[in-house]
Amino acid sequence: MYTFSNKLKTFSIVLMVLGLLGVGYGFMTSHKSFEEVEHLIATEEAHHGGGHSEATDHSAPSHDAHETNDSHGDMAHGQVDEHQKHVEHVQHQIANRPWAALYVAAFFFMMIALGVLAFYAIQIASQAGWSPVLFRVMEGITAYLLPGAIIVVLVALASHFIGHDNLFIWMNPEVTNPESAHYDKLIAGKSGWLNVVSFTIRAAIFIGGWSFYRWISRKYSIAQDTAEDNSNFIKAFRWSAGFLVFFIYTESMMSWDWVMSVDPHWFSTLFGWYVFASMFVSGITVIALITIYLKSRGFLDFVNANHLHDVAKFMFAMSIFWTYLWFSQFMLIWYSNIPEEVTYFVSRFNDYKLPFLGMVVLNFVFPILMLMNADYKRIPWFVVLTGLVILLGHYIDVFNMIMPATVGDRWFIGIPEMSSILLFAGLFIFVVFTALTKAPLLVKRYPFKKESEEFHY
Amino acid sequence: MEASKVIHAIYTDDDILMSAVKKVKAERHHIEEIYTPFPVHGLDKAMGLAPTRIAITSFMYGLVGLTVAIVMMNFIMIEDWPQNIGGKPSFSYLENMPAFVPIMFELTVFFAAHLMVITFYLRSKMWPFKKAENPDPRTTDDHFLMEVAVHGNEIELAGLLKETGAVEVNLIDKAH
Repeated sequence: MYTFSNKLKTFSIVLMVLGLLGVGYGFMTSHKSFEEVEHLIATEEAHHGGGHSEATDHSAPSHDAHETNDSHGDMAHGQVDEHQKHVEHVQHQIANRPWAALYVAAFFFMMIALGVLAFYAIQIASQAGWSPVLFRVMEGITAYLLPGAIIVVLVALASHFIGHDNLFIWMNPEVTNPESAHYDKLIAGKSGWLNVVSFTIRAAIFIGGWSFYRWISRKYSIAQDTAEDNSNFIKAFRWSAGFLVFFIYTESMMSWDWVMSVDPHWFSTLFGWYVFASMFVSGITVIALITIYLKSRGFLDFVNANHLHDVAKFMFAMSIFWTYLWFSQFMLIWYSNIPEEVTYFVSRFNDYKLPFLGMVVLNFVFPILMLMNADYKRIPWFVVLTGLVILLGHYIDVFNMIMPATVGDRWFIGIPEMSSILLFAGLFIFVVFTALTKAPLLVKRYPFKKESEEFHY
Repeated sequence: MEASKVIHAIYTDDDILMSAVKKVKAERHHIEEIYTPFPVHGLDKAMGLAPTRIAITSFMYGLVGLTVAIVMMNFIMIEDWPQNIGGKPSFSYLENMPAFVPIMFELTVFFAAHLMVITFYLRSKMWPFKKAENPDPRTTDDHFLMEVAVHGNEIELAGLLKETGAVEVNLIDKAH
C-alpha cells in the first residue's frame, strides 16, 4: 500500500493556497473602469511610439475634426464611437483574462485524467500484457477526472452566470436576439446546439458517462484482486470496449463544446482528434512521471526499465501523432486560405507567434530528438525531462486554443495563468495521490499480471 | 582469426541451442557462426554480439533526405523560378514551407528506409545470384547448427558439444 507522504501533501496544499491567492489577485485586478483602460491604451501607445496603429488611427483624426468645420462633426462623432468601442473591447479582454487563465489550467488537468482513462480502457480492451503493473497508477490519475471535469464546466457556467460571458460569447443572450445591437446571425444559426441549457445537459452526459466507466472499471479491478475466477476481468473488458465507443463520440463533442466554441464563428472537422491527441500524450506523460516518482520512492519495485521504455515509446509516438494532426489542421487551412476559416490562424500567428510556434518545438522537435534513441527511453531522468517539456508544450497548446478568442493580443503568462496552474496542480496531486493510497499498487490475480511483471523488451 | 578446422554441432531445439551457447561461451571456446531457420530471441546476447548500428545509419540517411528535399524545393520553387502559383507566397522558403512539408516528410522516410535496406544488404553481403553459404540445408528447415573453432582440442570439444545436447557433431576441414 502506498502512503501519501506528509511532505507531498503539504506541498500540494501550499500549491493550492498559493494558486488560490493568485487567482483571487487576478480577478481583483481585472476589473478596470473605462477611464483606466483608456489611460492604459494611451500610455501603451506612448511606449510603443504609436505602434498600435489601430488606436492612433482613430484618436488623431478626431482632433482635426474639432478644429475644422462642422460638416466633419459626424465623422468626429463616428471616430469617438470607434474609440469607445475599442476601449470597451480592450476592457472586456482584460476582464476575460483571469477567467481564461483559470479555464485553460482547469481544462489542462482535466484532460490529463481523461486521456489516462482512455489509455486505461485501451489497455484493458486490447488485453495488453505489459501494462497491468501500471493499472493502479492509471486508476489513481483518473480519480481526478470527476472533480476536474466538474470544475471545467463550473468555470464555464460561472463565466456566464457570475461573469459577463467572459469565455463563451454565445452564452450571451443578446447575440441571438435579433432586436439587439449585439445580434450575431452566425451564432444565432448555431444556437440550436450552442445554448447554455443543452451545453449543461451534454456536459452532464459526458461527465456522467466517463465517471461511470471510471467507477465501474475501478470496482471490477479491485474485485478481481480477491476473486476466485476471471468474471470481473471479463466484465471490465466489455465495459472498456463499450466505453471506448462512447468516449470517442463524447470526447469529440466535448471538444466542440468546451474548446472550439470559444471561437463560435470558426469550425474544424478534425478538432476533436486534435484535442484527443493532446490529452492522450499528456496523460501518458503523467503516467510516466508518476510511475517514476513512485518507483523512486520504492513503491513500484515490480516496474522495470522495460515498462518505462514502453510508456516512453507511447510518449514519443503520440507526440508525433499530435504534430501530425496539428499540422494537418494548420496546413489545410493555410493552403486553401478561406477567410472564414483562416482568421483562426491569422490571429494566432499575428498575436501568438512565440507560443504558437514554440509549442511545435516543445511538443514535436524536442521529444522526437530526445526519445528517438532506445537507450534514452530507459533512463528515468531523461523521460522526466522530456515529460515536463511535453506537459509544458500541451499547456501552451490549450493556451493557444482558448486565449486568442478570449483575451486576444492582451495575453501574457503572468500571475493569473501561473497561479491557476499551481491551484490545479496542487488539487491534481492531492486527489491523485489520495486515490493511490486507497488500493494496493499492484493488481492481484489479474490474468495478465504475471506476464506484465516479467515483461521485458 | 578463422580456424582451418571447425566442428559443426547440430541441434534440433532452440532452447537446447541457447543453453549450449551459454555453456560453450563459459568454457571460453570461440563460436564462429550459428545457423538457424528463424530468429532465436536472445541468441545475439548469449553469443555476445555487438548491437547493430543500423538504426543510427537510418537516422543519418533521413537527415540526408530532409536536406535533399529542402535544397531541391528551395532551388526550384523559390530561387530558380519563383512563380505566383495560386497566390502561394514564393518569396522565401519559410513563407511557403507548409506546402513543402509533405515532400520533406516523404523524402526523409524514403531515404531513411531505402538507404538503410541497402546498407543492410551490403553489410550482410546479400545480393542476387550470391552463392548461398549454407553448410547444411537442414538449417533452413528445422535444425540449428553451431560452428566452433578447433585449435587442436577436438576430442575435448566434441565431448563438450555432445554433452550440450547436440544430435550430431562433425569435424569439418575448411582448408581447401
